[in-house]
Amino acid sequence: MARQVTSKRKALNTVLAWGIGLLIFFPILWTILTSFKTEAQAINDPPIFLFFDWTLENYQVVQERSNYGRFLWNSVIIAGGSTLLGTAIAIPAAWSMAFVPSKRTKDILLWMLSTKMLPAVGVLYPIYLLFIRMGILDTRVGLVVVIMLINLPIIIWMLYTYFKEIPGEILEAARMDGASLKEEVLYVLTPMAVPGIASTILLNIILAWNEAFWTLNLTAAKAAPLTSFIASYSSPEGLFYAKLSAASTMAIAPILILGWFSQKQLVRGLTFGAVK
Amino acid sequence: MNNALRAATALTLIAAGGAYADTITIATVNNGDMVRMQGLTEDFTKKTGHTVEWVTLEENVLRQRVTTDISTNGGQFDIMTIGMYETPIWAQNGWLVELDDLPESYDVDDILPAMRGGLSYDNTLYAAPFYGESSMIMYRTDLMEKAGLEMPESPSWDFIVDAANKMTDKENEIYGICLRGKAGWGENMAFLTATSNAFGARWFDENWQAQFDTEEWANTLNFYVDLMTEAGPPGASNNGFNENLSLFQQGKCGMWIDATVAASFVTNPDDSTVADKVGFALAPNTGLGKNSNWLWAWALAIPAGTDNEDAAKQFIEWATSKEYIELVAENEGWANVPPGARKSLYENENYQAVPFSDMTLKSILSADPLNPTVESVPYVGVQFVAIPEFAGFATEVGQEFSAALAGQQTVEEALEKAQALTTDAMEAAGY
Repeated sequence: MARQVTSKRKALNTVLAWGIGLLIFFPILWTILTSFKTEAQAINDPPIFLFFDWTLENYQVVQERSNYGRFLWNSVIIAGGSTLLGTAIAIPAAWSMAFVPSKRTKDILLWMLSTKMLPAVGVLYPIYLLFIRMGILDTRVGLVVVIMLINLPIIIWMLYTYFKEIPGEILEAARMDGASLKEEVLYVLTPMAVPGIASTILLNIILAWNEAFWTLNLTAAKAAPLTSFIASYSSPEGLFYAKLSAASTMAIAPILILGWFSQKQLVRGLTFGAVK
Repeated sequence: MNNALRAATALTLIAAGGAYADTITIATVNNGDMVRMQGLTEDFTKKTGHTVEWVTLEENVLRQRVTTDISTNGGQFDIMTIGMYETPIWAQNGWLVELDDLPESYDVDDILPAMRGGLSYDNTLYAAPFYGESSMIMYRTDLMEKAGLEMPESPSWDFIVDAANKMTDKENEIYGICLRGKAGWGENMAFLTATSNAFGARWFDENWQAQFDTEEWANTLNFYVDLMTEAGPPGASNNGFNENLSLFQQGKCGMWIDATVAASFVTNPDDSTVADKVGFALAPNTGLGKNSNWLWAWALAIPAGTDNEDAAKQFIEWATSKEYIELVAENEGWANVPPGARKSLYENENYQAVPFSDMTLKSILSADPLNPTVESVPYVGVQFVAIPEFAGFATEVGQEFSAALAGQQTVEEALEKAQALTTDAMEAAGY
């Protein structure tokens, strides 16, 4: 009897989970479907779900009009570069906070997070002027640095929580065996924290890939990533929803595929320590 | 032989010297006419040797982007696509290059006076109109006939109310009139400000005092909310240009008053189900001598301090020339040429055959940015007030009016709030 209830509940949970999952995924699915419609079908009321004449015309138009490869390459460099640079800075920072905390560690952690509460537009002009002075407007280097700084608090926080789960005694043992600080971090701590580091990296690639405010405001023709590519297909005076959807689909496809293949890693990392 | 060699060398040197080529960066919006311009850029490169890099952005993003760049002297763009609102303000700040040395062949006097006036500051042109627009009525000829009415060329608002009520058939999802309701200085406030002109209302009196506490504004807003409640589509407070375009193209609107450029969309049989049943008329009036239509131009301007000023000027001369219009006509047909900028276009027989050309011109000519409404005003602009603070407080006023349309507050409450917030904003700005 008890078992029956459990399986019933299990079925209910599964249905519920699928329902919520589909609900969250629906906008993306709708974008993908719209990208295969004609402009007239895209705005049809009532909306057409699946039964329309599928066309690749929008993709063709977008390909002809924009240099997708250049936008994609910029996105890869900016998202990848900022994440690697951020991780390289965050690992030692999180190590020191997790294993050699001082009186002020908690305050520093909170202070770092508080920088995320500042509306980005508040510092647009100072950063823009700095970029002009340094000659790095519309360059990938400039964006890598800015996006890295923006995501750094999150990287440090995530790594800090993972490192806290690792028993300090293991590191102590390594030290007793004569490991230098570098060896301790590189050969003992890092391998143990791989799931945590991997999920931090993945999450940060996603955040950097989707970052729109800075990538739109600090680029023009040369360093513009896929966010600009999407923005170039949005129009307040004209119905280009199908083309906009095609551009969006092309922009999210790489990160969607990456997320799909690494979802196990991502979930494991995100729930790491949650059950304890 | 020696002479021939020398001559050849000299020629090569001249050719090399003359063929210096720049790359110019142009910021623009994703409107149909600009997309066509991008497709034809090769013609410019062939003629001048210069290449063009395009930065296309959504209108609001573009505004923020180019404003940041020009106010900090960032130098990211050699040409910016701006409108009638920005041009006089930016020119006053010294941010734009004067366009006073255009060659004779460009025929600057051919630019429609309303456009030239709106894009000038101190009688100097600072931006060349790429295309211009006004607003007008687009209506369903079949539904009008069914209602037993005939649309006059210049209808009154009373006629529009009558027609809208008769055309409305809510059971079949046909709404007599579709108007903008989505909040924004360039969305519902563009329409409502232009409409208020016909009702004799104004944003400010000569002393820059906000005028939302006047009877004229109460009349305007009450009229609009009543009309839309009776004969408008559901959820109209969320509808902007694109939403109404979509409704009209699907045959759900009897009338739609909006930008003249919409005419080419609603008459295009590929996208519109009512393409062959659309008529045009001037935006309505109330007999006070002003129609409810606006005036706008998308124009090309050069930010001061660009390194490629010469190449940028060459591009502007090319893109806003008579030859460019012919180039588009050759490639895309006369219905798709950029409208509303040049007089000669409307004298062209081929263009006169386009169904909406005549009404577009009449609409543009009937708007006067210097005398937008019945009484005199201290500002320039038909559907906007050309001061830097306007975009901010007009959007807030737009939110109040949109809420009144949605029934979240009364017209009186919306006007009171509009009066208070506009007065505050103007005081803070030092008026």
